[in-house]
Amino acid sequence: MEFSQYILSILIWLPIAGGVLLLLIGDDNDVMSSRAGLMRIVALAVSVLAFLISIGLYAGFDNAAVGMQFTEKVSWVTALNVFYVLGVDGISAPLIILTTFITPLVIIAGWDNIKSRPAQYFAAFLILEGLMVGVFCALDALLFYVFWEAMLIPMFLIIGVWGGERRVYATLKFFLYTFLGSVLMLVAFIYLYGQTGGFDLFGFMAAPLSLTAQKLVFVAFLIAFAVKVPMWPVHTWLPDAHVEAPTGGSVILAAIMLKMGGYGFIRLSLPIVPDGSEYFAGMMIALSLIAVVYIGFVALMQKDMKKLIAYSSIAHMGFVTLGVFILWSVSGDAGAGLGMVGAMVQMISHGLISGAMFLCVGVLYDRMHSRQIADYGGVANTMPIFAAFMVLFAMANAGLPGTSGFVGEFMVIIASFKANFWYAFLAAGTLILGAAYTLWMVKRVVYGEVANDNVAALKDINGREFLVLAILAISVLIVGLWPAPLVDMMNVTIEQLIEQVGQTKL
Amino acid sequence: MYNYYLTIVLAPLAAALIAGLAGKQIGRAGAHWVTILGVGTSCVLSLLVLKNMFWGGAGAENISVYTWAVTDGLRMEVGFLVDRLTALMMCVVTFVSLMVHIYTIGYMHDDPGYQRFFSYISLFTFSMLMLVMSNNFLQLFFGWEAVGLVSYLLIGFWFKKQTAMFANLKAFLVNRVGDFGFILGIAGVVMFTGSLDYATVFGQADAVAGQSIEVFSGTPWNAMTVICILLFIGAMGKSAQAPLHVWLPDSMEGPTPISALIHAATMVTAGIFMVARMSPLFELSTTALGFVIIIGAVTAFFMGLLGIVQNDIKRVVAYSTLSQLGYMTVALGASAYSAAIFHLMTHAFFKALLFLAAGSVIIAMHHEQDIRKMGGLKKYMPITYWTSLIGSLALIGFPGSSGFFSKDLLIEAVKESHWHDGASMGDQVTYWIAYLSVLLGVFVTALYSFRMFFLVFHGEERMDAETKSHLHETPAVVTVPLILLAIPSAIIGWFSADAVLFGGFFGDAIQVKSVHDALTGLNGTFWHGPAALVMHIYASPVFYLAALGVIAAWFLYLKRPDIPATIKDKFSGIYNLLDRKYYFDDLWIKGFAGVGRKLGQFLWEKGDQLIIDGILVNGTAKTVGRLAGVMRQIQTGYLYTYAFAMIIGLTALLGWLIWLR
Repeated sequence: MEFSQYILSILIWLPIAGGVLLLLIGDDNDVMSSRAGLMRIVALAVSVLAFLISIGLYAGFDNAAVGMQFTEKVSWVTALNVFYVLGVDGISAPLIILTTFITPLVIIAGWDNIKSRPAQYFAAFLILEGLMVGVFCALDALLFYVFWEAMLIPMFLIIGVWGGERRVYATLKFFLYTFLGSVLMLVAFIYLYGQTGGFDLFGFMAAPLSLTAQKLVFVAFLIAFAVKVPMWPVHTWLPDAHVEAPTGGSVILAAIMLKMGGYGFIRLSLPIVPDGSEYFAGMMIALSLIAVVYIGFVALMQKDMKKLIAYSSIAHMGFVTLGVFILWSVSGDAGAGLGMVGAMVQMISHGLISGAMFLCVGVLYDRMHSRQIADYGGVANTMPIFAAFMVLFAMANAGLPGTSGFVGEFMVIIASFKANFWYAFLAAGTLILGAAYTLWMVKRVVYGEVANDNVAALKDINGREFLVLAILAISVLIVGLWPAPLVDMMNVTIEQLIEQVGQTKL
Repeated sequence: MYNYYLTIVLAPLAAALIAGLAGKQIGRAGAHWVTILGVGTSCVLSLLVLKNMFWGGAGAENISVYTWAVTDGLRMEVGFLVDRLTALMMCVVTFVSLMVHIYTIGYMHDDPGYQRFFSYISLFTFSMLMLVMSNNFLQLFFGWEAVGLVSYLLIGFWFKKQTAMFANLKAFLVNRVGDFGFILGIAGVVMFTGSLDYATVFGQADAVAGQSIEVFSGTPWNAMTVICILLFIGAMGKSAQAPLHVWLPDSMEGPTPISALIHAATMVTAGIFMVARMSPLFELSTTALGFVIIIGAVTAFFMGLLGIVQNDIKRVVAYSTLSQLGYMTVALGASAYSAAIFHLMTHAFFKALLFLAAGSVIIAMHHEQDIRKMGGLKKYMPITYWTSLIGSLALIGFPGSSGFFSKDLLIEAVKESHWHDGASMGDQVTYWIAYLSVLLGVFVTALYSFRMFFLVFHGEERMDAETKSHLHETPAVVTVPLILLAIPSAIIGWFSADAVLFGGFFGDAIQVKSVHDALTGLNGTFWHGPAALVMHIYASPVFYLAALGVIAAWFLYLKRPDIPATIKDKFSGIYNLLDRKYYFDDLWIKGFAGVGRKLGQFLWEKGDQLIIDGILVNGTAKTVGRLAGVMRQIQTGYLYTYAFAMIIGLTALLGWLIWLR
């Protein structure tokens, strides 16, 4: 019995237990009180511990191994053949590490500026962390579904309790959209259960399915995952949710929860219904390109910084679905694998950059209580250090080489050129559009003369904010300058996946 | 040499990081010392590398530094390819950069962002070196975008100025339009060769040229032509070729030292360098070369004309830069890559000199940049005057100066190029457009250069009394770089023309098909050494055109200053066309940017808000609400209704089971 045998369970249940502990400690709205202090320390300690354990996961991860690692299997509901089975491969391990990496940052970012019910706030994030890790390592469909749905609850609360003025509308929209999507996924799972007699994902992957069945299952999955990504045209919940969510909620939403959609496509849709995926690939590519171009234009005209970044997220996630679904249009070296790896890297990178961008807006919002671009101007005069970070992250968002934002986009553009010149042409449009909407915002917010008295009174970031932004900045640069460690983690798994998807199930 | 290369690249980076992150701790003097030390180290080592190559006979080196990522059979690396082309570029970049660093001490003396400025220009040097020393397309693109980033930061260095903030956004976005083509070109390279490494790609060039790609289905295009044109679109952005030139004049909003370094001597020549580096590819597509030469010719001539109507001292020099970049591009299109690089080198010296001299004038004039308010500065600023004269003479190709050799030989190479020998009508048209542009461009160059020169340094003193009372020569940190740049501007052509152009200097770094090779043909026919060329100036129209330009400038702006005003009135249509820069700015700003914003607004309001949210999402919600209203009617609360419904349901279910199963 080794510690590493249970590492995934620990990563799921440690944060959840920590969250419960916080609820037991209870709330104190006075941020200076000793109870609030204790509560914060516990929250941070748990999340940092989870991150350290996930480093163990990285250290123990075998890049060359085919198949799942760190697997655990316990019978759960014997009657239905449901198992508590966990495992990671090169697709899920980076996402788990991203989750455990972002959560402590969110906790530090919310340190003493959550004034009402801080214990519940932190507890919600810790529980959410555990559930998200659960989604990424569940290998049993029912277990996956439980984590998938459970994850909605803390997020629903985070937006609904600590959100902005229109939070009720936003939470309802968020909940209904994602819930409706996942119900269809459950139907698909039940159908597949009927076919295989179990909920084992590998059983699903091995089961032969007719093309019609595959198409239907794909559509059921599609609705669940497309809403999460989100893909055009089921994306409109995201800007609303982001605008109303508190900073930490936006960060987790953008950095990790959107990845569930991309993860779902890669983990479930492709291997379970390869022929169905192939059938719909053209449509998926079209939707992805619409996301890149259409949403890019929409982002340009946003007046609210959070909305702008939310739209930019949708456009960037378009690269993920594009990278995945060009699989059938390309072959040979620097083709399918490059697109898929690019999609994965894009997910990780988007997690870092969008998280950082939302934190930047949060820093401004905490001071001015406005997200409107028009209320700002000349922030660099009063907050030079902050401005430096903001420009760096903006450049990363615009996909500047040397930052993580470039890596995935570059790979996907290269791969899609092979598929079709026009795919690459439209995708590369992000070079112009991404720079236009991001840097135009920077110009209006950061640069220029001090726009008004509120901006004149701004104080530059404090040590805590500096720490969070600096950690993200360094990560963005490391991934941008040396993505090899990340890419190496994924290579074998993705090669194997492409081989698997290449074999028809008909 | 590996350690040399690493040091050359990393020294400016380290200096930039120190000055940028610890600017407060090391203070102003600390910032300039550490960055000058960094770039000075690079400069000395670069000269050593060049010396080893040129006199020591050292060969080209292709070294991998580290593997960026490997996936799906594609190796993405960071590495150096140092051959003579690279070595020459390294020397030009680091030398001009060093001069600019020193000059900046004087120019930015009172600026609160002193450390930040030094950090940026050192970061620029690093990025530019990464670009020129790269051995693969990935790192090339990294350097390409990194210099763009620093250019963005430096144009917007005075971030309170709205005009500067407009200019830097414009520069970045227009460059991104170029990069859009560039990245597609790189993707094309990967598609056809499966590699990003120069050596591998060049090795497969012939095979690629034999393939085709259907961009529009049904019309196969030569793969190499598509790739080269896409790559060249990148060069058009970075090297400000029409119609992507619009950002460069506006970039003059930045401090003058960076106008010299980035927007004259080095970064804007990256496109020229890139095409020369890709000569093994471009040589295989005559169509692409034709595209290159036409774009270059249009830029060389028409951008020069704009220089005549500008009144801002820096903008005159900026348009001159556009025009000279056009010259280099024409040379590329004529397969005279070495002539382009040679002109790039001499231009780097004399254009940096002209910009820094303009900066010196601007300091003396207390940041007045309008040449109509200057005049007679010669007696106040002798060093600036004489160095400016050397720079201007080099620019117009005064016999013996560096610009003379580079421009005369460039024009001669165009004249003797393969386009001239081409039998087809298209070839001949291309030839005459290119040749006439570069030839008439000489007159235009001389006219605008000496218009500015006379208006600034000679004639009536038109500044106000207050400014005049403070006029004096700028300090040594400003004038010493001027002198150090004036020396190569004056003489470097004499000593290097033979070696660079005719001595096979570039070796394998630049590959020219023998049928395209005009320069080698010049050797022995047109070229008999520098002295002979100077002695035979009378034989070429170039000399007369330049002289005519200077005389015209003298006549129009010193002798009879009333004439230009009359011309302006008489030909107001043409004047307006020039004054509005052929309306290109309107095309980009009102046209593309305006339409883009309108489209964004439309998609947002009509697409997202009206159709998706209004009709689909909230419409569905309302429909569900209405349906629920209907359903409520059924739920009467009376037991018998439910019982009745249950019976009907049960009957239906049973019936279905019995009859259908």
